Amino acid sequence: MKEQKLQIFLDIVSRYFQQFGGAELVVDTPYLLENEQPKVHDYTGVIGISGVQKGVVYFSATRELLECILDNMGEQDKGEDNLVDLAGEVANTIAGNARNEFGATFHISVPLVFKGSPQSIILPKNERSFIIPVTWQNRVGEIVVCLQD
Amino acid sequence: MYKLMIVDDSNIIRNRIQRAYDSGQFTLVATATSGVAAIEKFNVHRPDVITMDLTMPQMDGLECIEKIIAIDPDVRILVVSALSDKATGIEALSLGASGFLCKPFSEEELVEALEELMQD
Repeated sequence: MKEQKLQIFLDIVSRYFQQFGGAELVVDTPYLLENEQPKVHDYTGVIGISGVQKGVVYFSATRELLECILDNMGEQDKGEDNLVDLAGEVANTIAGNARNEFGATFHISVPLVFKGSPQSIILPKNERSFIIPVTWQNRVGEIVVCLQD
Repeated sequence: MYKLMIVDDSNIIRNRIQRAYDSGQFTLVATATSGVAAIEKFNVHRPDVITMDLTMPQMDGLECIEKIIAIDPDVRILVVSALSDKATGIEALSLGASGFLCKPFSEEELVEALEELMQD
C-alpha cells in the first residue's frame, strides 16, 4: 500500500473521534510492522477487504479507551458484550468510510472481533502493515491497515 | 406518533438511536439485528419508518430494503451506514430508501434526518 493512502485512514479516524466534540485525537507517527506478530490491545475488530484491494483493516483498543468512547456515546452499559460490539463497530465505520475514497469496489466484510491475542494469523503472510497509534483522553489504541494493491 | 423499527447488528448503535429519537414523534415498535429478522418483524409490526444498517450478517441492508419496499412501498427507510461512497447511497435510494445518514453521526443529526424523512 502506498503511503499516500495512509492519509485517508488518518483523516477518517480523526473524524470518528470528532463526533464527540471535546478532546482531540492525538495521532502518533505511523510505522510499518512485519505481519508475523500482529500488534493488538485488549479488544480488536477486524474487517476483511476484498475487491480491487485485498487485505485487512483493524481497530484495536484498550478496555479504557472503549469505555471512554461508550461514556461519550451516553452508553451506561460497559459490559463485555458492548466492548466487543464497539471494537467491531469502530472498525466497520473506519473501513466503511474508506469507500468514499476507494469506491464501491472496496468491499468490506462484517467485523470479526476478538479479545486479547489472536488465536490465528489475521494478516496476510509476507506483508507489512501500517500501524497508526492513537491516543484519546490519555487512552490508547491503534488502527492497522494492510492492503495489497 | 410514527411507529419506528431500528435495524442494526450493533447493540450500541441500536441503543444510541433509541436515545436520540425520543422526541415525542416516534414510538419504537421493534428492533432487528439482521435483514432476515427485519422482514419478519416488519410483517408483524408494520412500522412507518425504519432506520437500516447496510453491513449485516445473513441478509445485508440493501437486499432487505428491496424486500420491504416490495411489501410496502410507502414505508420510509433511513439508511444509517458507514458505507460512505456515492454509489452505495444512490443504490439504496434507487431501491426505495428515503434518506441516508453516514456513520459516525451525532444524535442531533439523526433526529434531524428522521424528522426530514417524515416531512417529505
